[in-house]
Amino acid sequence: MQKFESVEGVAAPMLRANVDTDLIIRIERLVGTGRTGLGEHAFEQLRAEPDFVLNKPAYRDSPIILAGANFGCGSSREGAVWALMGAGIACVIAPSFGDIFFANCFQNGLLPVVLPEAEIRALARETEDSQGVGRTRIDLARQVVVTPTGREVPFAVDVRRREAMLEGLDDVALTLKRQAEILAWQARDQAARGWAWNSVAL
Amino acid sequence: MALTLFDKIFDPHVVADLGEGWSLLHIDRVLLHDLSGARALREVGEAGHAVAHPDLVFATPDHAVSTAPGRTSETFAGGAGLVAGLRTRAAETGVRLFDLGQDGQGIVHVMGPELGIVLPGTTLVCGDSHTCTNGGMGALAFGIGASELGHVLATQTLRIVKPKRMRIRFEGALPPGVTPKDMILAAIGRFGTAAGTGHAVEYAGSAVRALSVEGRLTLCNLSIEMGARMGFVAPDETTFAWLKGRRFAPTFADWEAAVAYWRSLASDPGAVFEVDHVIDMADIAPQITWGTSPEQVVGVGGQVPDPADAPDAAKAAAWRAALDYMGLTAGAPIAGTKVDWVFIGSCTNSRIEDLRAAAAIARGKRVAGHVTAWVVPGSERVKRDAEAEGLDQVFRDAGFAWRESGCALCVAANGEAVPSGARCVSTSNRNFVGRQGKGARTHLASPAMAAAAAIAGVITDVRSAA
Repeated sequence: MQKFESVEGVAAPMLRANVDTDLIIRIERLVGTGRTGLGEHAFEQLRAEPDFVLNKPAYRDSPIILAGANFGCGSSREGAVWALMGAGIACVIAPSFGDIFFANCFQNGLLPVVLPEAEIRALARETEDSQGVGRTRIDLARQVVVTPTGREVPFAVDVRRREAMLEGLDDVALTLKRQAEILAWQARDQAARGWAWNSVAL
Repeated sequence: MALTLFDKIFDPHVVADLGEGWSLLHIDRVLLHDLSGARALREVGEAGHAVAHPDLVFATPDHAVSTAPGRTSETFAGGAGLVAGLRTRAAETGVRLFDLGQDGQGIVHVMGPELGIVLPGTTLVCGDSHTCTNGGMGALAFGIGASELGHVLATQTLRIVKPKRMRIRFEGALPPGVTPKDMILAAIGRFGTAAGTGHAVEYAGSAVRALSVEGRLTLCNLSIEMGARMGFVAPDETTFAWLKGRRFAPTFADWEAAVAYWRSLASDPGAVFEVDHVIDMADIAPQITWGTSPEQVVGVGGQVPDPADAPDAAKAAAWRAALDYMGLTAGAPIAGTKVDWVFIGSCTNSRIEDLRAAAAIARGKRVAGHVTAWVVPGSERVKRDAEAEGLDQVFRDAGFAWRESGCALCVAANGEAVPSGARCVSTSNRNFVGRQGKGARTHLASPAMAAAAAIAGVITDVRSAA
């Protein structure tokens, strides 16, 4: 996984709720493609609207999205994360996230930050009041958002996930260190629940 | 201590406590499909790992394959490479593949239960959010992304924080015209599209106990539209009778041992759920969505809501945007809205019972002249069974297209799409902006409601159509 320590830039307010992963990346963009090259298709239906926030000059290169509740709901497509990262987004701040999208973010090094809705609205106001030049900084090690006016807003990230992101850990390698435990569990289970194994044996 | 069904399945599957609330969970079954299956198998190999347990992995093409009659893997050129890749990687790794035209091919969440791959008390994952469907068998089944899928293939485990427990009890008898689809849409309408986030949902109550396995699969299918990665129903005699004799179901002594164990898989009296809801079935009418989120749903006798009545400014803005996209007028009755397309299919509603329910409405009628109506069976087996019953002829005689199995117009990944601006009553699970095609307008409903809309050419109350 890509390491994440901090990001700083103009945060783009996109406060509508329930931005689903279909809206982030259309399925046909994920047919026959790899993990790269998706950035140009991120939010393509919204980008067709001239007043969409990421079309505005101030926010065109924003690395941070200020989002509404339930961001990333819907489909499990990890392409949603790849598309956001491909478009230069490193952090999404929302009151809540879809569960699968949230997990996918941490697999790739995109930081999802949960803050209360009022706090996100305040951040959006500070950015807009600065005419879109005020920068927001997210520091994962300290778990603070530094707002355009310099306020520090704390947030919490699960300790395991924070470590993995700060150090760019590989989950598979970590788990395979426990291979003996897995094999022992499986041996016990094959004795206790033979039915779960025998009927699918190759 | 009184345990929930969820605890009884989750806890024994914990291989190791990873600390800080994390568990290493054993995964008993993996389903792969064409959209991500070949890549997942390839990436595991590229990372230098083997597929840990090919015997526990099952693959089938469904997303990016044409559903045109007589299709091959080449018919939709865009997906041909994905299917070819899946064949190659499955053969290399020893993973079972159910290919086009073979018994067993189908939408993953239709073929899994149908073949007896999904068993009560097991854990199952797939790179697809509607994996929760399989919870209808009494399994802990949930969708994951591509990276986590690679982790499971390489280790047969997943790192996970145990979700919280939620229960929804549906009490009472199903009113006329009300189906499992209406039950779950009504629940999402009431509790919201994020109500289940971070939770595992058990569906219980007398109405759920009375449902067939197919109905339970439909109910669990929309758990993710309520935000919950997993939803499930306790297995019972209905489950066991349905499962017995299926291709990968246990046999002989294993079957007896399994059933004895499965009978213990019910939430204990007094078990505690962090969230517990009750819905009175008498309150549920046939449902139809009006907006671009599954929570934007009304009874078919209701009106398109007015943003002026929204509980807050953000909701009002969302409702306005939805009405604008959907081309609807606030306050107008939803019934009578002119329909251009009808889609009966998807992992929600493409099983034999769904097709029977739709055919019962369509029998002896004609699809309205301005409507394009498709029936896409969920699997090769469903297709064959439906044809043996003559359902295909009922649909054809009524003017529906009878197609090959696959995801088709639910996700529009296979070159098949509802045209921009067209209004489609669909038995699928997502009415998101552009889901069925750019600019397509989706109304989610049950198979009977969809068939009734096809015949009438407008959104119709199925209770007056039957």
